[in-house]
Amino acid sequence: MKFAVKALSSGKARAGVVHLGSCPSSIETPCLLLSTRKGLPIFISPDLLSSLPSPDSNLLQFSPLHFSEGPSPKTISSIGGLHQMVGLHEYGFAAVARDSIQCLPECGSTNKTGASFETPCGRRLIKPVEYMEMITSMKPNLWATLADEVPAWANNKRNKTSVDRTVKWLDECIARSPAGGAVFGSIVGGSNIEERKRCAQEIIYAGYWIGGFGLGESMEERPSLLNAVTDNLPKDWPRMICGLGLPEEVLQGVAAGVDLFDSAYIYHLTIGGFALTFPLDRTEKIDYNYQLSDQGSDRTKINLRATVYRKDATPIVEDCCCYTCQNHTKAYINHLLNVHEMLAQILLEIHNTHHYLGFFRSIREAIKEGCFEQFQKKFVQSRREHLAADVVSV
Amino acid sequence: MALRFEVLGRFNRARAAQLTLPHFACQTPLFMPVGTQGTIKGLTTDQLEEIGCQIILGNTYHLALRPTSELIDELGGLHKFMNWPRALLTDSGGFQMVSLLHLADITEKGVTFQSPVDGKPMLLTPEESIQIQNRIGADIIMALDDVVRTTITGPRIEEAMYRTLRWVDRCIAAHKRPHEQNLFGIVQGGLDPVLRDICVRGLVDRNLPGYAIGGLAGGEDKDSFWRVVAQCTAALPEDKPRYVMGVGYPLDIVVCSALGADMYDCVYPTRTARFGTALVPEGVLKLKHNAMVNDTRPIDPTCACMVCKNYTRAYIHCLVTKDAMGSQLLSYHNLYYMLQLSRNLHSSIVEGRFPECYIIPDSNLCASRNSNVVRFLWQFPKGDVPEWVCNAMDVAGIDISSCCSS
Repeated sequence: MKFAVKALSSGKARAGVVHLGSCPSSIETPCLLLSTRKGLPIFISPDLLSSLPSPDSNLLQFSPLHFSEGPSPKTISSIGGLHQMVGLHEYGFAAVARDSIQCLPECGSTNKTGASFETPCGRRLIKPVEYMEMITSMKPNLWATLADEVPAWANNKRNKTSVDRTVKWLDECIARSPAGGAVFGSIVGGSNIEERKRCAQEIIYAGYWIGGFGLGESMEERPSLLNAVTDNLPKDWPRMICGLGLPEEVLQGVAAGVDLFDSAYIYHLTIGGFALTFPLDRTEKIDYNYQLSDQGSDRTKINLRATVYRKDATPIVEDCCCYTCQNHTKAYINHLLNVHEMLAQILLEIHNTHHYLGFFRSIREAIKEGCFEQFQKKFVQSRREHLAADVVSV
Repeated sequence: MALRFEVLGRFNRARAAQLTLPHFACQTPLFMPVGTQGTIKGLTTDQLEEIGCQIILGNTYHLALRPTSELIDELGGLHKFMNWPRALLTDSGGFQMVSLLHLADITEKGVTFQSPVDGKPMLLTPEESIQIQNRIGADIIMALDDVVRTTITGPRIEEAMYRTLRWVDRCIAAHKRPHEQNLFGIVQGGLDPVLRDICVRGLVDRNLPGYAIGGLAGGEDKDSFWRVVAQCTAALPEDKPRYVMGVGYPLDIVVCSALGADMYDCVYPTRTARFGTALVPEGVLKLKHNAMVNDTRPIDPTCACMVCKNYTRAYIHCLVTKDAMGSQLLSYHNLYYMLQLSRNLHSSIVEGRFPECYIIPDSNLCASRNSNVVRFLWQFPKGDVPEWVCNAMDVAGIDISSCCSS
């Protein structure tokens, strides 16, 4: 894996490029890692994946824990690894034990032998040995070492323990590291970077995975916690994070110098019947005639279950070129949701992914034009204004 | 009449034809996936076109409930609503009513039932059924019939058969779009050859664009089933399509095609996919089974679909019944399987190799011509072909004695 920073905005946000062996094209950062379940998107089948913008949509994230009930690492190896098993040879896979949707860190049950996660198969404790066995058989393009993540409000003692364990497991993972596959060293807590530096001198990482976020810290405290980590990381290496899903949270991550993001946002929108509609066009568009007309809209997204869409024969977003907007109407998706048809989620996941990838593209453009800070401010402000207007007009 | 039916090839009673409908020119024998509520569960219209789906069945009962036929009409018809450019068929709504609503009652007026929405008494008349179907806008619509289970005996069957004929006249009178939508009549009469014969002749007199054989696929024994199909296909006109409703299993489709039927529909392939079962030449493959956990073979090595070309049984096993993707991938394969079966039936009849290539396994002709041919008798490797199949093939004039051990 190769990474290079290409542009910086006036703050710490940076635009870069990642090149992975299996992907034919380089992928620009900051970028979104698409969520998967066992290596495939939750609803979008592999033949429909190619309708998403490329190469933006070519980086997928999975958790080895998805496979805790089979197939065995031996079988996966004999098939030839994850790329082969899921038939996505020209995609890049990032392996992280945590996926923010269904494998959630359960720090209360984590102990010195392994990290605990709540999964659909129940609570699972995974040890570094087992984790590395899975990584070795799956051969992802990049993977994060096993970490003991705790929320920001954990007491000092627990925080220190989490760092000690994460460092220890980092050594154990690296010791069993397969040839090929870029290692992202895991960093937890916001402190004790000295410990990290100690290891960093001896081990070359391909990048850093920042853990401990998206576990309940507030929007206000997050920037300083993020900066405490990123300020102490070497600039030329990529930084990946889990748990910053909402657009405003992504912007905070970008502002602190993070390059790769997962997001559970698309999944939660999709299963709720929501479709993203916030404007991606960065030109000034002040809507003076805005009135609270739709009961199903808050200007970011629409709830397609709302009866107001029953006869709406227009696409979700008028000039969106995703498969869903090119082929189907809000009325049809409203019907599918009402009769509980799976096609609704498929179409929504396609649109929402497409739209969110567009958001990341706007971020990259803003950075390259040197105006990311303004972009972030305007974005956050315009959403707050609309909410304020809604409150007043009701 | 809004269709053209042109026979392109025959083998004894079996025929391969082109059925040209307003929205699409189909090749028969054909299988129609069931898109109950305006969608095939888990598949996009693009994918359906990709696997060669020609015509989809929509359920009038479900669509009339949600989103209602008036809304579909207002938005330009079901084709436009779903964005399906090819052909559609709607059933009359009668069957669902009778099978889904235990308080349904049939009188001369129509089917009375309690609305599942608010419990109000409602009545589905032949006129209403046709009006709903006119609004939905499918290429083929079905007359409301008085359908009785074949497991019932007695005068009810005769009553139902005559009523079906009377209702057909009411359907014809109510049909507002005969130049865009083809009204098919449905042959009833239970398992009684005399009643079936009267019904066939009555429907043929009405000179409808096509005919369906109804009242089967409901639990009757297979021996009775094939005999009814054989009798009806022999009596129905040569130059019009024949649709056996609710059929079915691959074996049933092959036998019915040998006897001269052209069109089929069934929920089986998609429903069984959701339970983790794949259709394969040898019969079925239960992907849920623990034996699949580390099986690195594809579901069907002879299948050319996206699922079999890319995935192992082991991977599908870990998805089925747990993740939506499992249902999707299996539905995709199962439908591809059924549609490929239809294509093979059509091309083998047209190319004059229906019996050799289709029915008899291990023929050198098969191996060299088409590796995707479904050798349906491979389901019976020990030669234990069911007696009803042997009898039916006998009547169809196809010699399968080499496959039968008895």
